[in-house]
Amino acid sequence: MITLNINGQNHDLDVEPEMPLLWVLRDRLNMTGTKFGCGVAQCGACTVHVDGESRRSCSTMVGDVVGSEITTIEGLDGKVAKAVQTAWQKLDVVQCGYCQSGQIMSAIALLSMIEKPTDADIDAGMEGNICRCGTYQRIRAAIHEAAKSLA
Amino acid sequence: MLKMRQADMPTSRRAFLKGAAVASATFVLGTFVPFGRFALAEGDAAAPKPVIDPNFFLRIDSDDTVTVLLKHLEMGQGVSTGLSTLVAEELDADWSKMRFDHGPNNPKVFNNLFFGSYIGTGGSTSMANSWTQMRQVGAAARAMFVAAAAKQWNVPAAEITVENSVLKHPSGKSARLGELVEAAMKEPVPQEIKLKEPKDWKYIGQKLPRLDTPGKTTGKAIFALDFRRPNMLVAMVARPPRFGGTAGKVDDAAARKIAGVVDVVQIPSGVAVLAKDTWAAMRGREALTIDWQLDKSEGRSSDEMLAEYRDLAGKPGLKADRRGDAAAALGNASDVHEAEFVFPFLAHAPMEPMNCVIELTKDGAEIWGGSQFQSIDDYAVSQVLGTTPDKIKIHTLLSGGSFGRRANAFADWAVEAAHIAKAIGGKAPVQLVWTREDDIKGGLYRPMVLHKLKAGLKDGRITGWQHAIVAKSILVGTPFEGMMVKDGVDATTVEGVAETPYQIENFAVDVHNAKTEVPVLWWRSVGHSHTAHVMETTMDELAGKAGQDPLAFRLSYLKEGAREAGVLKLAAEKAGWGKEMPAGTGQGIAMHHSFGSYVGMVAEVAAQEGGFKVSRIVAAVDVGIAINPDVIAAQVEGAIGFAMSAILRNRITFKDGVVEQGNFDDYEPTRMKEMPVVEVHLVTSAEPPSGIGEPGLPPLAPAIGNAIFAATGKRFRSLPFQGPISA
Repeated sequence: MITLNINGQNHDLDVEPEMPLLWVLRDRLNMTGTKFGCGVAQCGACTVHVDGESRRSCSTMVGDVVGSEITTIEGLDGKVAKAVQTAWQKLDVVQCGYCQSGQIMSAIALLSMIEKPTDADIDAGMEGNICRCGTYQRIRAAIHEAAKSLA
Repeated sequence: MLKMRQADMPTSRRAFLKGAAVASATFVLGTFVPFGRFALAEGDAAAPKPVIDPNFFLRIDSDDTVTVLLKHLEMGQGVSTGLSTLVAEELDADWSKMRFDHGPNNPKVFNNLFFGSYIGTGGSTSMANSWTQMRQVGAAARAMFVAAAAKQWNVPAAEITVENSVLKHPSGKSARLGELVEAAMKEPVPQEIKLKEPKDWKYIGQKLPRLDTPGKTTGKAIFALDFRRPNMLVAMVARPPRFGGTAGKVDDAAARKIAGVVDVVQIPSGVAVLAKDTWAAMRGREALTIDWQLDKSEGRSSDEMLAEYRDLAGKPGLKADRRGDAAAALGNASDVHEAEFVFPFLAHAPMEPMNCVIELTKDGAEIWGGSQFQSIDDYAVSQVLGTTPDKIKIHTLLSGGSFGRRANAFADWAVEAAHIAKAIGGKAPVQLVWTREDDIKGGLYRPMVLHKLKAGLKDGRITGWQHAIVAKSILVGTPFEGMMVKDGVDATTVEGVAETPYQIENFAVDVHNAKTEVPVLWWRSVGHSHTAHVMETTMDELAGKAGQDPLAFRLSYLKEGAREAGVLKLAAEKAGWGKEMPAGTGQGIAMHHSFGSYVGMVAEVAAQEGGFKVSRIVAAVDVGIAINPDVIAAQVEGAIGFAMSAILRNRITFKDGVVEQGNFDDYEPTRMKEMPVVEVHLVTSAEPPSGIGEPGLPPLAPAIGNAIFAATGKRFRSLPFQGPISA
């Protein structure tokens, strides 16, 4: 039995410690906001926060995050998260939307570290998140917009 | 929500409330107006007259929420917002009350009017085919509400106005849509429908917020892969390492020992492992030992295929276009320009890999998935299950991208799921999941294409043009063959070269249909994904040889007032075409017409260590009436982001028949830092709307290639643009 703290709630799970966090979220807890894109930490669609930092849940074994605070898109809270989601909505960033949970999680982590990111900071902070629809221009603008609203 | 018992409903009609269309809709056979590439062949049975009964398309709740049932798949292109805009405009509904859902797979109601009697999303046709129909649906609903109010208030209908979902009469009477829905749905659907004049439009032409944004920014939107049924099993399929192979002897003992694995079954496409969750299915599949039968499979490497293509290009092919006498004209030229372009196989790689959920019913099945050609998917699945398409109920769900992948004549994902469900006797609902590796290695690629051409110049003018294209046909051997293949020439191989808008007197295009087991498919913008690059690179090279400005040279080959010329001029004006550029940087221009729309682009690039950086793209777009300018801009931005990957690096290659790429590490899409700044400018137009899902892609590669040449003198022809550049 493994106990995970997800979105402020403890879950007792009968899973092997090697099981990737992504599949525990999606298949055991039916928390499907976190997406499967590549399975090898290349695309960022599965990004969650572990103790406030971005983590690719597809390549994170649940045994390694016992005792950590895990946050998924469903559990977002706080002013940075709110600012990011509001900016995403204001600029209509999304297209297919499948990667956007991960993009939003990475953007929140970036803005939590750097209050006013430059374009270069955004390039670096969002490097791990692929958007096949090519919404990058709006993601960049939305991050700037969120930073402005938080200032 | 207003509830209504089934017995209260008019017997011959559906209710707004439930909206669930069933096959009893009246429809009248009318004359089908063929459109573009997707037109039915002449002589085919006429397509049904468009259904405009709001009972099929709208669900209106007592709280005024208007849910539009989409006849097209929302895969990111914004069609949910677009179709809803047309309804809301004529209904005079409050935009904040608009919602959407996908319609059922009833082809008598939800057919794409350009596909005849089939449901399908593709060819950038969604808004164009719905333009009149969905406005009529909204207008019909409005008239029914007005009629209902007129009766209740005992006033003439003409005195009633509707604004923001509220009906009003000068006497002071007013009611919300939600209050009148029950009475309105009992009104007859008007026979004569008058649509608004463009000057009265409130929503069309405006930037309305997308309806799919809230769900997609909170994790609440349900994509097919997020869908669950009770007791559902997850299936993964081990497929042959080469196309055309099959599974022989299977040793599944180790797989069955993995905790969570429930069953292993053989199906035509390979061996399926069924498990209680995705991770168990993945590990179960890894534990299989399969003796693959590869005798009939494609065993060649990409280079060997290309050598065959080059051989074919030297021989006479099928005639795709003939004007004048190209051979004689080349003989009269003072300079003959020769060029070869090679385009690799490309995977679509939508972010959401292929998947669906299937559950067998007593006489058919229910499917939940990102279905893009519902009328092919239900037919194909019915064939597997030995039933008829009307017994296959498709619940279309949001799709995490497609770019053509989900729209295929083989319905590969749905058929595979059906085989698995059948193999286990329907004992549990099955969710078929493809991994990213399955996707990248799974075929249905944009075909590899070879272009070879000769163009003659004399006194600065093109005398003649001879062009050969070699590729595997996308459509030969598919249900679309009758519609789009003529005398062996597949329109999707030659579109964009054949029938070029450039007025070249002597022009000859030949095509060769290469053979390979590698399955091919349309990829965002289909044939235009390669033909535009060849045409617009060559026009640039010829302008250079003729000593003329690339813009002026192009315009001199276009008819006066052509929409092609309009977008070229607008892009040039907005980009400051011809301005002084710093050393090592350059501008390039290109234009292409596809899917009824026209896009001109000016690219600005800078040479940098190890290659080039695309800094800015200025796009000019003519789609006729712009229903939502912001969604159009987003589609052009997106097409650029998508296409950059194929310009920078993407290619699917084969070694001894095996695909060499497997995931986003060796088939890496565009990333944030590679995205240029994009500006989109719209041509003001009163023409009916045409598509924009695809047309933003074709001019990008040549605009960039031409800019690289301007910046460095290095000419890239084949894609991707790889190799040394020295400024």
